[in-house]
Amino acid sequence: MSEPEPATEARRIAARERDRARFEEEALALADQVYRVARRLVGSREEAEDLVQETYARAFRSWSSFTPGTNLRAWLLRILTNLNVDRGRRVQRTPPTQTLEETDYYLANKVASAAGEEALEQDVVVERLSQDAVVKVLSELPPQFREAVVLVDIGDFTYQDAAQILDVPIGTVMSRPHRGRRALKRKLTEEALP
Amino acid sequence: MTRNPCERCEELLQDYLDRTLTDQEWAEAEVHLADCDYCRRRYRFEASLRRYVRLSAEERMPPGLMAKLEELRGLDATA
Repeated sequence: MSEPEPATEARRIAARERDRARFEEEALALADQVYRVARRLVGSREEAEDLVQETYARAFRSWSSFTPGTNLRAWLLRILTNLNVDRGRRVQRTPPTQTLEETDYYLANKVASAAGEEALEQDVVVERLSQDAVVKVLSELPPQFREAVVLVDIGDFTYQDAAQILDVPIGTVMSRPHRGRRALKRKLTEEALP
Repeated sequence: MTRNPCERCEELLQDYLDRTLTDQEWAEAEVHLADCDYCRRRYRFEASLRRYVRLSAEERMPPGLMAKLEELRGLDATA
């Protein structure tokens, strides 16, 4: 094996540098979206900031393991959710979801019986619930349901991407937003219509 | 056994909004929604609730975070 020509080697390095810079720019362009998910997964703004920084540090270090043309947003979020687990922010225990879940019309039915069927046509939820209350209730969901709802309903990930990010079978991830949303509605009912 | 059609419609709600129903289930929901005010209101309510949850969760990146992320560029360990 002979040494590569210096000129060839220089070109190779320059090409690699360009690829790296492009990767970094594409990743940074997604920072807002990554932050939005992080913010809803952890308790405070500071923790979310730390988590996003750690995510980007790891992503930039291992950029060459990313396959160009695949979903970079999902790749970044996979790093983020893994780091979140590593840092022990996710309390692993069986959540009392049995008592949390109601049927899907539960909140709507409560609104209707409190304020009439027509109330469903208007933005009664908006009137009765502050955005802070929604955020609070979301943060109180059991972690695996919160992750699923955050990824699918706030992060706009498909079920397939969410399954990949969370490293669970698609069937599992599909039941989680469903159950998570039902639990959310149950808690919103308690919040809005005590 | 005949099931309450509104209960069946309620079961289809989330997948309807997620667009993950089969064609047959979707048709089933549409047929029922076409003449059931009760369910139609609840479907609309759910859609607007989802928008509200998303809106509530919106939060811009804190100022300064982007600059910190920019500083991390070039961390590539193998270069």
